[in-house]
Amino acid sequence: MTTEVAPPEKKREEEKNESFVSLFVQNLWSANTVTVTFLSIFLALVIGAILIVVSDSDVLATFSYFTSRPSDAFNASWDLISHAYGDLFKGAIFDPAAFQAWFDGTGTWQSAFGSISETLTYAAPLVFTGLSVALAFRGGLFNIGGQGQAVIGCITGGVVGFAVGLPVGFHLVVALLAGFLGGALWGFLPGLLKARTGAHEVITTIMLNYIGTLFLSWLILQNGVRDPDRTDAISKTIESSAQLPALPSPLRVHLGIVLAVIATAAVAWLLNKSPFGFELRAVGVNPPAAKTAGMSIAKTYTLLMVIAGGLAGLGGAVQVLGTADKLTAQVAGNIGFDGLLVALLGRNKPWGTLLAAILYGGLRAGGNLMQVDAGVSLELVTVLQALIVIFIAAPALVKAIFQLRAARTARLGASMAKGW
Amino acid sequence: MRGITKRFGDLVANDHIDITVEPGEVHALLGENGAGKSTLMNQLYGLLQPDEGEILVDGEKKVFRSPRDAIAAGIGMVHQHFMLVPVFTVAENIALGAEEVRGGPLGWLDRRRNRRDVLETSQKYGLPVDPDALVENLPVGAQQRVEIVKALTRDVDLLILDEPTAVLTPQETDELLAVMRSLAETGKSIVFITHKLREVKAIADRITVIRRGRTVGTATPDTSEDELAALMVGRDVSLEVTKGPADPQGEVLKVAGLIVDDDRGVRAVDGVDLTVRAGEVLGIAGVQGNGQTELVEAIMGLRPARAGTVHLLDDPLIGKSTKQVLRSGVGYVPEDRSLDGVVKDFSVAENLVLDMYDREPYGSSYKLNPKAIAVNAAERVEQFDIRVSSPQSAVGTLSGGNQQKVVVAREMSRPLKLFIASQPTRGVDVGSIEFIHKQIIHERDNGTAVLVVSSELDEVVGLADRIAVMYRGRVLAIVSPDTPREELGLLMAGITGAHDEEDGQ
Amino acid sequence: MSTATVEDLTEITAPDPFWTRQRRLGVALVIIGLIAAVVFGSLAESKTAKFTLSEDAEGAALSINGQFGAILFGIVTIAAGATLLAGVAKRWQTWLLGLGIVTFVLSFLCWQVAGKFLPLVDTVSGSLELALPLILGALAGVLCERSGVVNVAIEGQFLMGAFGAALVGTLATSVWAGLVSAIVGGVIIAAMLAWLAIRFLVDQVVVGIVLNLFALGVTGFLYERLMQPDALKYNSPPRLPEWKIPGLADIPVVGPVLFDTNLLVWIALILVFVIHFALRRTRWGLRTRAVGEHPTAADTVGIRVRGLRYMNVLLGGVVAGIGGAYFTLVSTSAFNKNMTAGAGFIALAALIFGRWTPFGALGAALFFGFAQKLANYLSAVGSPVPNQFLNMLPYIATIIAVAGLVGRVRAPAADGVPYVKS
Repeated sequence: MTTEVAPPEKKREEEKNESFVSLFVQNLWSANTVTVTFLSIFLALVIGAILIVVSDSDVLATFSYFTSRPSDAFNASWDLISHAYGDLFKGAIFDPAAFQAWFDGTGTWQSAFGSISETLTYAAPLVFTGLSVALAFRGGLFNIGGQGQAVIGCITGGVVGFAVGLPVGFHLVVALLAGFLGGALWGFLPGLLKARTGAHEVITTIMLNYIGTLFLSWLILQNGVRDPDRTDAISKTIESSAQLPALPSPLRVHLGIVLAVIATAAVAWLLNKSPFGFELRAVGVNPPAAKTAGMSIAKTYTLLMVIAGGLAGLGGAVQVLGTADKLTAQVAGNIGFDGLLVALLGRNKPWGTLLAAILYGGLRAGGNLMQVDAGVSLELVTVLQALIVIFIAAPALVKAIFQLRAARTARLGASMAKGW
Repeated sequence: MRGITKRFGDLVANDHIDITVEPGEVHALLGENGAGKSTLMNQLYGLLQPDEGEILVDGEKKVFRSPRDAIAAGIGMVHQHFMLVPVFTVAENIALGAEEVRGGPLGWLDRRRNRRDVLETSQKYGLPVDPDALVENLPVGAQQRVEIVKALTRDVDLLILDEPTAVLTPQETDELLAVMRSLAETGKSIVFITHKLREVKAIADRITVIRRGRTVGTATPDTSEDELAALMVGRDVSLEVTKGPADPQGEVLKVAGLIVDDDRGVRAVDGVDLTVRAGEVLGIAGVQGNGQTELVEAIMGLRPARAGTVHLLDDPLIGKSTKQVLRSGVGYVPEDRSLDGVVKDFSVAENLVLDMYDREPYGSSYKLNPKAIAVNAAERVEQFDIRVSSPQSAVGTLSGGNQQKVVVAREMSRPLKLFIASQPTRGVDVGSIEFIHKQIIHERDNGTAVLVVSSELDEVVGLADRIAVMYRGRVLAIVSPDTPREELGLLMAGITGAHDEEDGQ
Repeated sequence: MSTATVEDLTEITAPDPFWTRQRRLGVALVIIGLIAAVVFGSLAESKTAKFTLSEDAEGAALSINGQFGAILFGIVTIAAGATLLAGVAKRWQTWLLGLGIVTFVLSFLCWQVAGKFLPLVDTVSGSLELALPLILGALAGVLCERSGVVNVAIEGQFLMGAFGAALVGTLATSVWAGLVSAIVGGVIIAAMLAWLAIRFLVDQVVVGIVLNLFALGVTGFLYERLMQPDALKYNSPPRLPEWKIPGLADIPVVGPVLFDTNLLVWIALILVFVIHFALRRTRWGLRTRAVGEHPTAADTVGIRVRGLRYMNVLLGGVVAGIGGAYFTLVSTSAFNKNMTAGAGFIALAALIFGRWTPFGALGAALFFGFAQKLANYLSAVGSPVPNQFLNMLPYIATIIAVAGLVGRVRAPAADGVPYVKS
């Protein structure tokens, strides 16, 4: 569902410049999916800016004499916001100063590409968890269990990574496979329960998230897993033969992002070109018709959750084998829940999910710089991420705010609306 | 109601309709499925708001923003799909929205008074209901009485009944008509929505006929059925299906001692024996809800059978998956098209291979063949006259008749031994009905065994070479299509008479 | 020409499946009973297990030999299971199931406590305190979901409530101002949930999850920007006072638990009763249930479906906000980032495990609270049973419940389905 702005207008552009502008504005305002996405991001940034200002006591102080000297308040606010969002941009995409230094010979290319490397590092696991949610969504299942599946993927991938000795290359493949299988098992349980007993997957996956997390916090304290040289709850280090190859330090980006692109292509193929994709899409939008046409709903749900769980498990494994190197209680961070947001933002389409994951990775990478440099808490990124999805999910709200004309927009969620 | 117009997108559901209902009158609103009858009445009841036109009650102009306003104006409605909360008792359902309460703002329910009100109304109008029964445990006939009592406790002057007889046996229908008559005698007005001519003639004082959202005429009950039918469908229709005599060959489908339970675990099919032979149409007649649905679903492997056997030629079908049943040469048109027949978000092309996508030439276990799917779509659209802008459009954008053609086209596009069609023309326009009937007969003449289930007696009589009448999960009799209608009606009501044995052979 | 109706014919019988739910439950009980008697029994030390009726090792106590107790109670569990297997009347089923589970827990306790002591008062009051936010959160869920709006945002409501209580409680140096702003915090999230779900028809689970993240982000952000730099000014709320009712507080076990405690315990327990009776016996309750089960039917008799849903979701916000106040005004005395740590989801579990009823939610919350308390106790006495596994109990129990392994769990029919007029 992409915008259809380009071709017809371009011809007219040569003939009539004015009409092109008006047409362009018209098209922009007719609220298609892309427009809504950009406006959602914009709205989230505006609200984020307000939060930054109201939580800064120095700037708030300037508002106390707002009536006598409003320029102070505006300048102080603007400085703060532009500093924070400038850092967000520099940390996520590129820092002009670093590029300048590279061209001048005073800096290295590594530092020039540091930002984008961070973005892709954060994005890689999100692509997998996002694909997991998106794929399940297309099959009519709401996989909130990405977090738990990723945690189990971290565990199985990580344990194979440090506890098993295998040759270089092969070790990595086995560790990734273990991550996939671990997540697949954690997806299989709710899939089977849904297929057999009708237990709602939202409930079972939420519960399995916590079970997985508690299991991890128990496991890293056990002998054989815990690093004997450390006193805190942390596991042994993954052997280098099982680590994902990365660019030279200090760049952290690793093979995971390449695997993520491959996974995206694989999921896209599965959805659109394979009989199982046909089945899962049919089951997703109309289970009775799928059943009447001879498809097995139970089989589809179970297999779908196995694949979705496996993808999330791969995300966990990529996190451990590429970035974390060790198991800790927090190793999976929030990648499962973030994957949910990523899938929603990507509108449950594989390539959309990839782009959304990169956006969220960028927000996270930029947020780090913002926290260090501008002193604005990284938590702001969580707020932004949540707000973006709220606006995306309620396109009518965005349109109401911007007075957009009603137009076809993929309304998210309503198609999924169903009871427990 | 004056000049009522209601649009849904491009579709004009009601186009400047005028209708007047006098006090104490039974006013029948006659029209085909989808003619706009229910839409019109939903506006009178405040569920929908008209785009144009006005509603006058006792000469006073009213605007109904919600059913609340309509109820206040003395209008009650019994909906086609009952508006009862299944887990509530009868008394709770009837009290809902008009509760008797004590304790002022606390709103403490006065259950005794609620219960008494129910019993009073029920006795006053001779509509027996048990106030303490749970609605989900009641048979449909009783649920309908609850609905009527619910409307009557609200002191209505005008009662709208939307297709009230669709789920009733002829006997229950007669009782309902008697109740309507007595209500009218007490001065209440009744609007009776239906598409059944016989009932209209039996009860109505005045008849308004609606076709495609317009009033096409008013009539009195002494108008002949043929005239009413012509008004309703817009031209002289022959409900007769033109067909040659059947040439039955050997038995294809053999059902013996089949027992099936419904979703609630209640016996729905209770020992059915049937055979369908190659080259003949066996029609199953009966009031909806007498086990026809469950019978067909059990044959298709969609519902487990508790006992009994089903054989396709010599292969047992019970225990096979739906996919295996379809693969063994069975075509199936399900009764609920939009729920079971098509995936509305899928394209026409995808729907045309919905049960063949993983078979050659459309694909294999590993991949789909988009080219073969597209070629197939183009052929079927042509062959079955499916009116669609492109095979890539979503099926949901098609009319009911064209959607049904997609289903029929799909099921007939492979070699069949047995073709099963449930309610093949429900909610389908007249043109498509004729087309689909022709296709069914064509399939029969190709030597396929055909099983048609329909609650429209006319359709069964027109299509079938033999008719099996089902009542309460059993086949009461198998008769020939030239059996008198009265006798068929009695059979549908569970009264077995002369025809105990098969007549059609 | 005989005339016969079908009623005269005899019904053809088909065999009933052997594995009824009762039999399956029986087998499950026998198995866990065997585990209790054999595993717990053999692992238990043959020492006295002391259950004191006070908050410490002193005073009157119930004592039993640990090994003997573990085996004895295990055998009772097996017996309960065997009775179910043999087949009993349906009304006994729940009681036998309850007996089996309680004796299994007792067997486990005998094993763990052998040679040590378990202070009963401390256990009960600790369980109740841990259950407190769960009760309030689950009640908030009852209010929302019985009217047909799925509430997965309980966690977010807790966080906002806890944050509001800490911030305003500190600024106003008043615990009551804190409580009120906790309610405001809960209602803010509830209002967003209601607005997005009812007005904009966004999938309710999506909204809930996203609102949780939103609350987590906003409270975390403001915590780092305001509270962390200047905790004294922004993050040192007063505590809710404990009230002791003379006389009643002296009743053994029950007295100190119920009558020497803070206001929230009473609010929670009273709310359970109030909501239970209001749902069943008032006009509001009847309409709420109708809207949650069959909104179209409610609409056709003139009930404002969306209005009622708005109201119930906001009421739920009030209750969940009070639950949030527990975290900063009762259990600790300062807000912390993500301090609710999943309690909102355990409350959701309690709601489902309690089958969407107030008393069911109370029972489930108490059970989950007990499991947490037990986990704390066991890790304190250095038990070999890892406390993480006990903490999993609420989640596992909920999965078992929704899978229909222990009775059918049925949500309100229209729960999560937005109401759109046709």
